[in-house]
Amino acid sequence: MNKIIEKASLSENIVKMVLESPVIAKKRKAGQFIILKINEKGERIPLTIVDSDVQKGTITIIFQIVGKTTAQLAALNVGDSLQDLQGPLGHPTEIAHYGRVVCIGGGVGVGVVYPVIVALKKAGNEVISIIGSRTKASLILEKEIRENSDRLIVTTDDGSYGIHGFVSSVFEQEVLDKGEHVDRVFTIGPVPMMVAVCKITKLHRIKTIVSLNSIMVDATGMCGACRVNVAGKTKFTCVDGPEFDGHDVDFDLLSDRLRMYCDMEREAYEKHKCGCDGN
Amino acid sequence: METKETKVKKEKVPRQNMPEQDPKKRIRNFEEVPLGYSEKTAIIEAKRCIQCKNPGCVRGCPVDVKIPEFIQQIAEGRFIEAALKLKETNGLPAVCGRVCPQEDQCEKECILGKKGEPVAIGRLERFAADYERNSGKISIPPAVKPNGKKVAVAGAGPSGLTIAGDLVKLGYDVTIYEALHKAGGVLVYGIPEFRLPKAIVEAEVEYLRKLGVKIETNFVIGRTKTIDELFADGFDAVFIGVGAGAPVFMNIPGENLGDIYSANEYLTRSNLMKAYLFPEYDTPIVRGKKVAVVGGGNVAMDSVRTALRLGAERAMIIYRRTGVEMPARQEEVHHAKEEGVEFLMLTNPLEYIGNSLGRVIGMKCIRMELGEPDASGRRSPVPIKGSEFVMDVDTVVVAVGTMANPIIPATTPNLHTNKWGYISTHDASGLTSRKGIYAGGDIVTGSATVILAMGAGRKAANAIHEYLSGK
Repeated sequence: MNKIIEKASLSENIVKMVLESPVIAKKRKAGQFIILKINEKGERIPLTIVDSDVQKGTITIIFQIVGKTTAQLAALNVGDSLQDLQGPLGHPTEIAHYGRVVCIGGGVGVGVVYPVIVALKKAGNEVISIIGSRTKASLILEKEIRENSDRLIVTTDDGSYGIHGFVSSVFEQEVLDKGEHVDRVFTIGPVPMMVAVCKITKLHRIKTIVSLNSIMVDATGMCGACRVNVAGKTKFTCVDGPEFDGHDVDFDLLSDRLRMYCDMEREAYEKHKCGCDGN
Repeated sequence: METKETKVKKEKVPRQNMPEQDPKKRIRNFEEVPLGYSEKTAIIEAKRCIQCKNPGCVRGCPVDVKIPEFIQQIAEGRFIEAALKLKETNGLPAVCGRVCPQEDQCEKECILGKKGEPVAIGRLERFAADYERNSGKISIPPAVKPNGKKVAVAGAGPSGLTIAGDLVKLGYDVTIYEALHKAGGVLVYGIPEFRLPKAIVEAEVEYLRKLGVKIETNFVIGRTKTIDELFADGFDAVFIGVGAGAPVFMNIPGENLGDIYSANEYLTRSNLMKAYLFPEYDTPIVRGKKVAVVGGGNVAMDSVRTALRLGAERAMIIYRRTGVEMPARQEEVHHAKEEGVEFLMLTNPLEYIGNSLGRVIGMKCIRMELGEPDASGRRSPVPIKGSEFVMDVDTVVVAVGTMANPIIPATTPNLHTNKWGYISTHDASGLTSRKGIYAGGDIVTGSATVILAMGAGRKAANAIHEYLSGK
């Protein structure tokens, strides 16, 4: 159960893993996620299901090494198993024939937006994908996204590849300023990136869907750790989301809540790195 | 019938106290507070039972434990036999002996209680179950011939564990699907270690596994598979025992600030994820110094006592009514008071105040007074105008109740719910609006007790057996 079938390094600190899980593979849809727990003392972390193979009974996850659990996960090898794998969780992305859609992903969020791109393309949309990363070396899934998009724009913060700049401003310059009509935008990535995109699309009155990455514990709606404020109402990201209308999300609250355990996360990671937590 | 003479004679032996960890010491650890009876004390207490021919205590027990019989066995020093007797009707005796509100159930009906103190049935139940577990001689009844029918149970809480145990003993092929990574429901995520050691829940779940119950964890019914997909997989009946696990918030300003937890989150982090052992365990929890817990039920008591053990200097209960109306068990309130918990009665939060980082630093409250009794006879709290004040807090736990989780009703067509989202059932058997689907426990009644959920599991087991026997 939950065996690691494949493992690949996509960039310096982003890892792709294929996990054995026939039930989740069969059931999952774009936009959904899993919760995993590595071992008895581990924490539960949410990760998006990037892809699945029903025949092989596998799902794919992509994660960035940002702390103890992701570092531990990255250190596992093909053949190792995760103690717990729960899913698929959350509402699937609302896939329909919208017309021309723009999918914007940043950093490891490119992995999260990828299944949405695939599903939108399959539903007959004209898909413009804009993906960005800090540098060329940290860009992921370029080939896969190109194959599933009508057009792909790549950006890097340092200009080492593609267009120099942030995905948000490049989206404005390369698509909106050129007068192209856009029916819907999907954007997933770091909070500042989603905020920037939503600010632009709000001006242009383009409905924009974001996928939120709140802190989660159970992810089945029983605790409210992942609560966010959407259009003035408290929503639980795990059961009401993870996707919401970006123009209604209180991103300041989301950022504040994401910072809640910073010190403890750092403590756990430092202990792990120096090997003094026994793992 | 007992004569007046014997009654007087038995009354001479007082109800035996159970030793407890010293309050000063126990607020520094998560170990169990009551330490249990010794063999000698158990026998003394068991001998107090006058063995009524028509025992009220059994009528007071939602799962009809054969109380006089098992107590007689303890009185005679036959402890293992007593445990087996308990298990004939109760799959979780070590749990029930600890967390049941016996004062409202079996012990309330004990004849000795009319004039003195009732027999300590809960403590004796706990003693027998612990004795058997510690002896390492847990016996498993002989396997039952399979009857070829399959039943799925959604949720491994008290109702689900009970129905699974009952049905497997009747020859059904039973699979429990549990969303979390551990079985037990509220027994593992909600009730803290210091009231119910998790090793005990694990042992009782293990016993059910040995009986032949299959338990699939990490399986969210409605997401991983829907109930209709379970029927398509060949299940003949489904029982829904998923509890009322969705937290209620008060929807007051500032409630989403950092360091404000639902009791469910606070307790899940601490109990299920063992965040109190961070960083040995990976899940973090905020160790507040000034912790306010809003609410007056058992969950509030569990939360505030957890806060103390996590190092709080002030651990406060904020409750809008008075101590008399508090729904928590008296024993838990007593424990909390011994441990130094402060009780701010007739107080209600209005708003939370945060700092520039979005963390809570204060709460604005208002004093209340009790008004006229409402339709249910309970006196409603009414705010006292102008009595607002601000308290310093750095952590808040909201323990004002829970409600139904909508995942199963939303993914099961034609499954009727009431206006609060709880699943509607026809009668006590738990039959829902859909043929072959039964429900019981908190998902039907709203938050209640462990033993009532077990009673609902028992009734549904009988109903499912009747339904499938005729099929």
